[in-house]
Amino acid sequence: MANMLANIFGSSPVQPLEKHIDISYRCAKQLRAFFSAAVKGDWDGAVEARKEIVQLEHDADNLKKEIRLHLPKSLFMPVPREDLLELLLVQDKIANRTKDVSGIVMGRKMQIPAVIAEQFLDFVDRNIDAAKQARKSVRELDELFTSGFRGAEVTLVSAMIEELDRIETDTDDKQASLRAALFKIEDSLNPIDAIFMYQVIELTGEIADMAERVGRRLELLLSH
Amino acid sequence: MEAELIYIGLAALFGIFMAWGIGANDVANAMATSVGSKALTIKQAIMVAAVFEFLGAVLAGGDVTSTIRKGIVDTDLLAGSPELLIYGMLAALLSAGTWLFIASKNGWPVSTTHSIVGAIVGFAAVGIGVDAVQWGEVGIIVMSWVASPLTAGFIAFLIYLSVQRLILHQEDPLTCAKRYVPVYIFFAAFTITLVTILKGLKHVGLDFSLRDSYMLATAIAASIAVVGGIAIRRIQPDRKAEKIQHFHTVERVFAVLMIVTACGMAFAHGSNDVANAIGPVAAVISVAQTGIIAAKSTVSIWILILGGAGIVVGLATFGFHVIATVGKKITQLTPSRGFAAELAAATTIVIASGTGMPISTTHTLVGAVLGVGLARGIDAIDLRVVARIFVSWVVTIPVGAFLAIVFFYIFKLILP
Repeated sequence: MANMLANIFGSSPVQPLEKHIDISYRCAKQLRAFFSAAVKGDWDGAVEARKEIVQLEHDADNLKKEIRLHLPKSLFMPVPREDLLELLLVQDKIANRTKDVSGIVMGRKMQIPAVIAEQFLDFVDRNIDAAKQARKSVRELDELFTSGFRGAEVTLVSAMIEELDRIETDTDDKQASLRAALFKIEDSLNPIDAIFMYQVIELTGEIADMAERVGRRLELLLSH
Repeated sequence: MEAELIYIGLAALFGIFMAWGIGANDVANAMATSVGSKALTIKQAIMVAAVFEFLGAVLAGGDVTSTIRKGIVDTDLLAGSPELLIYGMLAALLSAGTWLFIASKNGWPVSTTHSIVGAIVGFAAVGIGVDAVQWGEVGIIVMSWVASPLTAGFIAFLIYLSVQRLILHQEDPLTCAKRYVPVYIFFAAFTITLVTILKGLKHVGLDFSLRDSYMLATAIAASIAVVGGIAIRRIQPDRKAEKIQHFHTVERVFAVLMIVTACGMAFAHGSNDVANAIGPVAAVISVAQTGIIAAKSTVSIWILILGGAGIVVGLATFGFHVIATVGKKITQLTPSRGFAAELAAATTIVIASGTGMPISTTHTLVGAVLGVGLARGIDAIDLRVVARIFVSWVVTIPVGAFLAIVFFYIFKLILP
């Protein structure tokens, strides 16, 4: 039996959004296992990790579609629906970039040059850190809704976003020095491999960029 | 003599049918907020509803019953043919009961109050004559239907704003909640008790002076606040479920408050909705017993008890299930938000009951929920559903009237 009081409440986007960033983060986190295996040339291990990545990206995609379906225009919310959808979109891109970069490496069975391997893994980790911090910030959404996007909770989330920005800046620095290191050895590499290596660095760095954009979107919500 | 017995029997039967319907469905709206926010378990909600619906009907329902019984129809016109009033009131009861039954089956949001008032106006205007309706009084009732959701919404907005300011926006919301929630408990208990004492106790033969009433209400409210305060002080943060701001534990503090407002809500619902189910019964019985339309006689208490009992039976048979279903769906209404809505609605309804205005509990509660939403308290409100509720608000009146007219002519034909 339907009941009008119950139906007044549209399905809240808060829990699904938090779940979505969690999936995106777990997807990005798999890059650690993926690249650790790839660096060692352990392609069986890499295939395993890649399977996980594809599955999680798929889950994130499905959840994204579901959230969109349950956010009709007739919903009255404390923050604009468009801003929440934008947040969802950039959250999803964290998983997308993860899938893209692992796809290139997998498809070409790319060998990460040993000289920069350690530096590269460190760079990957920092990008995962950014995704993790994005998750931490988005997980405050329910508290933000509870407090009506005002007061002490806003200060708290602002601080989290600042930390996210710091991590992203850090990945930028690491990316620059990684490229410099690659530049030094690029003559010793197969030119096509070198080009793809640059691209892999670029795409990996975009994970932190997307995480930062999650922070920007969240910040927009705070300013309402 | 035999005819009178038939009238009284039918009135009691239809009255119980109405009250049962209210208990089976309508009460869920009043109680589900507390179940949904996990302030009460379903069993506790049933207990609270049974006790306070009953108390509300008996202690504070008299004025609304009187309005339904003799405020809408101009009984002077009927002095020569009192049986017309009996047919009409029976028709109104059956019409409202039937319409509620059909609507509940289909999940349409309708109001008991609107159907019964529509039904009475319908049979009076068509069955007796347009002049038989006290249009001035009806106008005031209709205005109260507009005013009650707006009032409740405004009060809820202010209450929730104060919750945000005093507690949710603070650095340490848990400490603030523990400090201020007993104050809210005091106000919630004070409002309900005061209206009960001022308006209700007369019906059970107790009469206090204004000063004594205020003193008594203060004393009762203060003791409830102290008990609540003790319960609140025992609440410790649950480290596992917690993040920095302790909102999880803050909600548990509000859950204590919500037990009080849930009682208030059940009481308010009893005082208004039960009363208007039982109003026509009271009218039929007083005419049938005396053969004249007595304008002064008070509502006998056993009729109110009958209504209260009908509700409890409705709760026990179907209401149980509906409360559980609705409660599961309104988890967005956490205790901090649910209490604001309930307190605002209960206050509005109890005051309306005190002045004899038959208003809709559900619509008032919806108004209160929207008020909390406007204060950015609710994640998502579906405006399409709100629009549908507004439409049902309008449609119920002519449907109730039409059914009542049909039943009126049938009764006129077949009843002695």
